[in-house]
Amino acid sequence: MESNKNFVLGIYDDEDVLLSAVTKVRESGVKIHEVYSPFPVHGLDEVLGYKRTRLPIAAFLFGLLGTTLALTMQIWMLGFDWPMIIGGKNFASIPPFVPVTFELTVLLSALGMVATFMIISDLKPYKKPRLMDIRITDDKHVMAIDLAKNSLTIDQIKSIVGDSGASEVNDKKFED
Amino acid sequence: MTEERFSFTSGAKKTLMITGIVGFVLLILGVIMNMNSGHGHGDAHGGEEHAALHQVADDLVASAEAPQEPAGEHAAEEAHGEDGGHHETAPWLKNIYNNLWVNNVYFTGLAIIGLFFVAIQYAAQAGWSAGMKRIPLAMAHWLPYAGILMLISWFFVKSDVFHWTHSDLYHGDHADEILIGKSALWFWPLSAGSFPLFYILRMIVFFALWYMFFIWIKREMLAEDIDGDVKHWYKARKYSAIFLVIFAVSSSVSAWDWIMSVDPHWFSTMFGWYVFASWWVNGLAVITLIVVVLKQNGYLKVVNSNHLHDIGKFIFGFSIFWTYIWFSQFLLIYYANIPEETIYFIERLDSSQYKWVFFLNLLLNFLLPFLLLMTRDAKRHMSLLKLVCPIIIVGHWFDFYLMITPGVMQENGSFGFTEIGMLMIFGVAFLFVTLSNLAKAPLYAKNHPMLEESLHHHI
Repeated sequence: MESNKNFVLGIYDDEDVLLSAVTKVRESGVKIHEVYSPFPVHGLDEVLGYKRTRLPIAAFLFGLLGTTLALTMQIWMLGFDWPMIIGGKNFASIPPFVPVTFELTVLLSALGMVATFMIISDLKPYKKPRLMDIRITDDKHVMAIDLAKNSLTIDQIKSIVGDSGASEVNDKKFED
Repeated sequence: MTEERFSFTSGAKKTLMITGIVGFVLLILGVIMNMNSGHGHGDAHGGEEHAALHQVADDLVASAEAPQEPAGEHAAEEAHGEDGGHHETAPWLKNIYNNLWVNNVYFTGLAIIGLFFVAIQYAAQAGWSAGMKRIPLAMAHWLPYAGILMLISWFFVKSDVFHWTHSDLYHGDHADEILIGKSALWFWPLSAGSFPLFYILRMIVFFALWYMFFIWIKREMLAEDIDGDVKHWYKARKYSAIFLVIFAVSSSVSAWDWIMSVDPHWFSTMFGWYVFASWWVNGLAVITLIVVVLKQNGYLKVVNSNHLHDIGKFIFGFSIFWTYIWFSQFLLIYYANIPEETIYFIERLDSSQYKWVFFLNLLLNFLLPFLLLMTRDAKRHMSLLKLVCPIIIVGHWFDFYLMITPGVMQENGSFGFTEIGMLMIFGVAFLFVTLSNLAKAPLYAKNHPMLEESLHHHI
């Protein structure tokens, strides 16, 4: 079976039920593709067993790039390419470069972090969003289980999800 | 929630006492060493270096094509120091006075930041800190001692630490135009050169106001333990809001009075903020260190790594804030290159006594906290906080040392046993007052309206 096409959806009314359901479903050996909720549910990422994001590493590296770029640019411009005496200081004196260096560090770190996040989350312009169930924009929580990623049969999965407290258990098929 | 109390054990008291005695011995040792070596050094070597310093100042004046007043002014200042008819204090005694003042200012900062921390938690209606507010409150118990110590020691140290107190600077041969211009700041409403009534009054009023608000806020916090009425929280918030307005003004003015006026010819409009930033981040480090040590000794179950994360972010952020203020002051003076302003940094950078402190200051207060506390895990783990907090505490002592000492000791400044000993004595006294008062009240407020929120704090 092709992955990312066929899903079983568990619809939940209450976030407390959802939290215990996620634990139960995972303990039964079912791999959960994703849980969608209309508002942030505290502790959801922990029960789903998600690892912490490594985005700060990207931020640090982009920041380092910004620092290097800013210092190189200023030292090259004012020290070598077009040396100018300003206020009787050396050609390449570091203190006046610090504000620009600071700003470029912050800028590159922020932009780099946003770009990294967009790429790893597969967010791009004109991407058609895949909506599991329209009600996640209103009042329902949805647990999506990718059939291709699980060895259990569809009926077994459906009964596990149904037993965990879901108000509905649905099928969802994407054609694209 | 059940009540939890900190017991200040006799073992802890004994350790503190021993530390204090060691500090006292070091102080005596340092004084004896200074007595034996101070004189020759001050006259021959120091004089030479001072001449070099003046050469630099003169060069600066020449290069900037500025009027000759500033350097001349400075030379004049030296003149009345040497042959103005003052009785010269021995260098070792001057060194003690200097240390006394550095530690007075440093520990006053810790006490007032204790109250400031509590006040901003109330004013911001913060829930996360509900379990740890008693620690900064205990630190603020040092306030009355700090006030009395500062007031008394001021009269001993004034002629050595505060050049502007010399009455012959305001008339006659040694008249100093700059100081005459500033004299109202100190001597109003009396005549310039007499008793600095305005200055002393400010000192008394600030401490009185701080202490008054401390008593009021503390009263509400402790009353809440007994009847659990939420009205105490509202009252404490009201007092906190008023205190914060007063503190905004008084912290700046006290920074000018107690530190900036050590270099009376020099001024910086950033100075109030600079001293506040230094006090604040240092106070946060002390609060965190006490919390971490208490936790490691089995106290404060209500504080978990989420709370440590928050206060760690505070320390990280305000270390950068301190650096920002430090750099803003430095960059403007460096770039404008006006001799009367640059003299402050020339005294610190162009000197064998203070140059290392200047760079150590940046290393301990910016570079190390910045790199060590950057990651999330670092702020959540007690082992790393226990490493970074002492670095900041020592670093900001050096910050105050560097603000005050060059103006007092000039080229005779040193760092040795006297400094370490005096810091240890003050530190032990401060910790003794803090911990014994921490033991008098429950360790956290069991009836705090936001304690439940704090227990579920999750980031």
